[in-house]
Amino acid sequence: MHESGIALSLLEIIEQEALPYSGSKVVNVKLRIGKLSGVMPDALRFAFEALSIGGVAEGAFLDIEEVPLRIRCNKCGKVSASDSLFMVCPHCKGIEVKIIEGRELEIKEMEIEDGNQGG
Amino acid sequence: MEIKVVKNILEANEVIASQNKKIFTEKGVYVLNLMGSPGAGKTTLLEKTVESLKDKTNIAVIEGDIETSRDAERIAAHGIPALQINTGGACHLDGNMVRKGIEEFDLDQLDLLIVENVGNLVCPAEFNIGEDDKVMIISVTEGDDKPLKYPLMFQVSSVLLLNKIDLLPYLDFDMERFLSDTLKVNPKLRILQLSCKTGEGLSDWTSWIEDRLK
Repeated sequence: MHESGIALSLLEIIEQEALPYSGSKVVNVKLRIGKLSGVMPDALRFAFEALSIGGVAEGAFLDIEEVPLRIRCNKCGKVSASDSLFMVCPHCKGIEVKIIEGRELEIKEMEIEDGNQGG
Repeated sequence: MEIKVVKNILEANEVIASQNKKIFTEKGVYVLNLMGSPGAGKTTLLEKTVESLKDKTNIAVIEGDIETSRDAERIAAHGIPALQINTGGACHLDGNMVRKGIEEFDLDQLDLLIVENVGNLVCPAEFNIGEDDKVMIISVTEGDDKPLKYPLMFQVSSVLLLNKIDLLPYLDFDMERFLSDTLKVNPKLRILQLSCKTGEGLSDWTSWIEDRLK
């Protein structure tokens, strides 16, 4: 719902990281987005495309890895995938579970191209 | 050339939120982040809560809305400090907005700060503001299917207030389904049923706050 705000935060990080490479263009950005993050990849792409115009990341591709929800049960110790978003261990029905993956909203790496060479 | 970054995109907010939390802890202020849909009864709940607690507790309220200062005026009418933050379009409060807001209060004189977030069942759940607990309020008129449709807010909250239970006789709200779905997405969630209109169940809520203040 607030993907444009997230796109702006993302652009701030990208511009900060790209500072030492002035004259270069960011061409690819790898992101990890958890199923429970509430962010819709398509909406993020749309906002990013519009907001990146005129900046170092204009036209960059967002390479989005969607991270499924995984929980670890504190009772039986088993790790399980949860498609249903239920916080109950499917093995022992334990409710003391910890989310180990699925809430990510991370930038992993970005690829830059030297502006002088690439043209 | 590939550059490793590995950063949480919301990190800037997380940093500010944890600074806020530190300030609140140092000043001994217990902070609640109240979230729920437009019309769930957030402001009415706050009015009832303030009335019930203001004689024994030093309370202040921050009202988050996209526009207008109506909610802060409603709260200030009860004789406690209330500040309106207008997000100017943003669908949630963030750590920075709350940071600016608390500059308006003398935190040394407060025991309890309640922050009413923007009416929205999705976005506020993602942004910490430095609170001790998140509280979600939902009304029975919103339907019994919400826990599975909007799981994140149910998952991050410590307590869920199910409001407007006086209307249950007129609705097809399936309580059993609602409670069982809620406990599937957050088995540890404390659920309190109440009606701000009749006052039923409100004392369970204010007792819950008082326990936290101890």
